[in-house]
Amino acid sequence: MSSELLSRGVEAGTSSHQNRPRKKAGMALRVGRWLPGLLILAAGMTMVVPFLWTVSTSLKPHETVLQLPPKLVPDPATLDNYRRLGDVLPFWRIFVNSVIVTLTSTAAQVFTSAMAGYGLARFKFKGRETLMLVYLATLMVPFQVTIVPLFLMMRWLGWVNSLQALIVPSVASAFGVFLFRQFFMQMPSEFEEAAACDGASPWQTFIHIALPYAKPAAATHGILAFMATWNAFLWPLFIARDEQSMTLPVGLSALNGRYSTDFALVMAGVVVTVVPVIAVFALLQRHISGGLLLGNGGR
Amino acid sequence: MNRVGLRRGWWVLFVSPSLTFLALFAIVPIITAAVLSFYDWDLITDPKFVGLGNYRELTHDSEFHASIIHTLVFIGGYVPVVMIVGLGLALMLNKRRRLQGLSRVVFFMPVVSAWVAVALIWTWMLNPRFGAVNWILEKFGFDPPAWLFERGWAMVAIIGVSVWKDAGFVMLLFLAGLQAIPDSYSEAARVDGASKFKTFRYVTLPLLSPTVFLVSVLLLINSFQVFEQVWIMTQGGPVGSTTVIVQQIVRNAFTFGRLGYAAALSWVLFLMIFAVTLLQTRLQRRWVHYEL
Repeated sequence: MSSELLSRGVEAGTSSHQNRPRKKAGMALRVGRWLPGLLILAAGMTMVVPFLWTVSTSLKPHETVLQLPPKLVPDPATLDNYRRLGDVLPFWRIFVNSVIVTLTSTAAQVFTSAMAGYGLARFKFKGRETLMLVYLATLMVPFQVTIVPLFLMMRWLGWVNSLQALIVPSVASAFGVFLFRQFFMQMPSEFEEAAACDGASPWQTFIHIALPYAKPAAATHGILAFMATWNAFLWPLFIARDEQSMTLPVGLSALNGRYSTDFALVMAGVVVTVVPVIAVFALLQRHISGGLLLGNGGR
Repeated sequence: MNRVGLRRGWWVLFVSPSLTFLALFAIVPIITAAVLSFYDWDLITDPKFVGLGNYRELTHDSEFHASIIHTLVFIGGYVPVVMIVGLGLALMLNKRRRLQGLSRVVFFMPVVSAWVAVALIWTWMLNPRFGAVNWILEKFGFDPPAWLFERGWAMVAIIGVSVWKDAGFVMLLFLAGLQAIPDSYSEAARVDGASKFKTFRYVTLPLLSPTVFLVSVLLLINSFQVFEQVWIMTQGGPVGSTTVIVQQIVRNAFTFGRLGYAAALSWVLFLMIFAVTLLQTRLQRRWVHYEL
């Protein structure tokens, strides 16, 4: 990046050198070229520094956290706060709960949505438009509306404080169905025709042709579902308050409720909650398609 | 085309898993919530039918009214600012492909983090005595407020932190919108001698208006449901100056055990979101251009 910008800057410099009266314009041009970069750098720092500060706080011994002036590099550094997390709450159990709930829920969401999206995009049947409207309607109703009845349902099933109460209600994703449907609508029909000529059933066609074709949609939906489940707070707050069935955000909230002034401990909890999801995102972010989210089908 | 006829019926197999779960865990609860809103129920005694009683009560529930106002204040601050910041970042990053990869990760760190975590980070950063923010502000000679502990400033802080968290997401959507605009338009404008600003105002912005519309619909729907940041950072305080609608639903359902009333409140929230979305789609004809 920098070498390219530099060479452009050199070009601008030489041209203004040859043409003295235009020197001012050349300067303005150069500032205009660098200013966005500087602004982006400043904005990027604003995003990163609070995270660095969080990590730094989590590595400080309890006594030095409130020291002023604050020191960015902890000295001495310690992992003691991470060890204490396991003492005050079954934090590692909570971590495992989050992993289980997130992986099963994401897999189920992507698979059922891909199936429904395929069915709604590639088959003509009576009532298809009505069905799409039903999906659209549920998308419009905020989740808070369903929360009280869902709670009653879970109570009736005896699922309060259980992991299935966190997984099962999120299996169907109207958003995912829309995403996949839109994607499958653009799939060339030659693919299916070729498969049908080879005697493949619609199910085999879906598994071997359509699903691999829909990788971008699956990646986009999968990553978003992963984050939504990992970070979910409102529903878990009601249905899984028990220490054994909590997931990380609720655990973090409980930690803060009991030790709100122990900033080093709380920040250690924050790091444990945030690092996995940032890592997953950093690894997979190339596959997220903003165009898909906007509904213009861009890849 | 006769192959379509052969395959008729298979759609049931494909659609039914998703539809079954949707029916059980979305459609049935939505209808139940509507029914429940006409009852008084505390889970202990039998549910009692009260007709429109819950809805009549919420018309003079001053706590609920205050929470509506606070939610609207939040929306009024958050939506325009996050859109401007997101659009600004997108404009600066558009055409700078090599910066985009890294920026996407950096600006998405807050987006992908749990709200609870982000709210706790900023509770610590904004701590009036030991927080980093006020320490820096004091260094530069300011007399900073106590943020989350001060009326007025608490809402400013909540809005600011929400913008910080979501700017990257808005940026991603605008970047996708910008990249869908063919270069030929702005090049034509440049050839005609239009300045950078004029090109943006009369070419890019109109072509981007469908994206602006979509993003604003999405942000409005979401911001009516603001909850987690408030729940962690202020619990609605100080002195109830940051209570929001969802918080009232939660409190009535699970603190006061008033399930019917909470259901009625949630239906009012839905109707508000619905009305605003409808209004936006009506108004879009006036300012959204699908071509130049």
